[in-house]
Amino acid sequence: MPEFLQHLLNALILGGTYALLGIGLTLIFGIMRVVNFTHGELYTFGAYMVFFFVMVLGVNFFASILLAMALGVALGALIEFVLLRPLRGADIDTTMLVMIGAWIAMQNLEQFTWTGIAKSIDHPFPLDPLVIGEVSVSWVRVFVFAFAVLLIAVTYLLIHWTRLGKAMRATFQDRETAALMGVNVKGIHTLTFAFGSCLAAAAGALLGPVFVVAPTIGDLAALKAFAIVILGGLGSIPGATLGGFVLGLAEELGAGYVSSGYRDAMGFLLIILVLVFKPTGLFAAKERIG
Amino acid sequence: MRHAVTAAWVVFLFSIPLWMTDLYILHILISAGIFTIAAISLNLLLGYTGQLSLGHVAFFGIGAYTSALVSLGFDLELTDSYTFVFAPWPVWIAFIAGIAAAGLFGWLIGKIAFKVRGAYFVIVTISFAEVVRLISLNWVDLTEGPMALNNIPPFGVAIPGLWEQTFYQKLPNYYLILVVAIVCYIVVRRLVRSRAGRAMIGLRENEALASSVGVDVTRYLVLATVISAAMAGAAGGLYTHYIRIVDPDIFLFIYTVTMVIMVVTGGKGTTAGPVVGGLLFGILPEVLREFASPEVQWVIYGVFMIAVVFFLPQGIVPAVTSWWKARFAAPEGGLGTPEGAR
Repeated sequence: MPEFLQHLLNALILGGTYALLGIGLTLIFGIMRVVNFTHGELYTFGAYMVFFFVMVLGVNFFASILLAMALGVALGALIEFVLLRPLRGADIDTTMLVMIGAWIAMQNLEQFTWTGIAKSIDHPFPLDPLVIGEVSVSWVRVFVFAFAVLLIAVTYLLIHWTRLGKAMRATFQDRETAALMGVNVKGIHTLTFAFGSCLAAAAGALLGPVFVVAPTIGDLAALKAFAIVILGGLGSIPGATLGGFVLGLAEELGAGYVSSGYRDAMGFLLIILVLVFKPTGLFAAKERIG
Repeated sequence: MRHAVTAAWVVFLFSIPLWMTDLYILHILISAGIFTIAAISLNLLLGYTGQLSLGHVAFFGIGAYTSALVSLGFDLELTDSYTFVFAPWPVWIAFIAGIAAAGLFGWLIGKIAFKVRGAYFVIVTISFAEVVRLISLNWVDLTEGPMALNNIPPFGVAIPGLWEQTFYQKLPNYYLILVVAIVCYIVVRRLVRSRAGRAMIGLRENEALASSVGVDVTRYLVLATVISAAMAGAAGGLYTHYIRIVDPDIFLFIYTVTMVIMVVTGGKGTTAGPVVGGLLFGILPEVLREFASPEVQWVIYGVFMIAVVFFLPQGIVPAVTSWWKARFAAPEGGLGTPEGAR
């Protein structure tokens, strides 16, 4: 039983960052109809920026995470402005090809800049774990979870309680009508992509110090984000949140009780189950697109 | 006129080893040929049905692994007391088995993924390739994992008791791959001009309209996936018996991207497109290798892919064809016109 509880706790903590990744991707898909293949690279970018600020420049750990997120916003806005804005109105396959090209270029630029050697990041938390009854968890993971939940909460507040969020939801439902009502759809697209990129960079910045940073970590992150988004239904934010935690749980239990070699295969098994039994995803709201 | 051009091409390709004796260049051509077959198979899905399969390397790898395992033989400890022993089979039968296995997985993936379209299919295929890679890495009893399968027998031909030839050399492999490539080219060409092909193009152009006139959309999508996967499996089999070693790196996503770049650059939805793209991107890396490290090469590829989508969205072959037509007013239905293009 303690073992099971420990798995549940690990799943919860992992799920928080997965949910961040999934929400960013699903927002971009829902509002822009773009399958964002650079999502994993923004995750890698966030992790490398924290490495750069903490380990190279010696900036404060927490400030580095915020800086990485800010740079994620800038990079996201740049990608949207250069690659996606000229293609607005193009079909989904065209933008997918462009994003794949950007993915490959970005990943190899990272490899070129940082070499293929995995890097670790120091963090200021005590190494002794937090022990609650029979389970324990390291302090850095507690921080990662708390920060991820905070960001998810901020996302919900942004979307449901601000004018910007209202404009985003309007664009989500009907782009043309939103534009007629005076919503600056171009600006919403840039902001959405920048915000989704920020969440991906945050996930990378948070998990970088927990694991190691290497140029290819983004591949698995992107695949997992895709799995989460399919699980929750393309374009659904509650779905992506729940999907993140479901994937975290599936991976933990799969690695704990089946085989740790297949940990990363769990996402695909979930996709198959979802597609066979409920192809529209767990949260098949009527706002779902795709 | 068109037949003459095609015949000239075939004669030229067959004649290359006669005047090109440099084995390194022959090796590059063989590799380019294998990738061209894979690109032809991807084009059937991407170009004609409009479905982007980003897990195509999985079918390639399944073909390669199946063919290698059947020709090598393997044993699996199913229970403590019972071990399943699979004796080695002749290479040609292994090759067919690889094609069949890849086709079977294509059917399975098609059945699952085409319940929903577009982005879902892309994501399912991409995850599928990743899972197959993980299996090849972790199921060490069967695949040897990262230690790779070695000493895979090459192809060979024999007249029993009289004469035999095993394809250790590059020359017979070159001809073998050329023949298979031509067969694949003809299969795709005939298929897309048949009733089934018109159905596929119809649903690419307007799925709602196609199904309203009675095209069984899912059936044709699955059919295209099976044929495409089987062809990719054939390419994998050719690869495995030529290189004679296969490891989980065969499933790297970067190979799928290479195939996609080949098809998109050459011209998706044209029969000649993947051949042009395949040869171009099969040979280009060897040229670039002199100037650029692998990372820089891949950055160039990525940027190139974006540039093609922006500036040459139809690909090279349609661009050249329309230029040719405008210049010479050639007979209708040129080699590179996208089938059913508006």
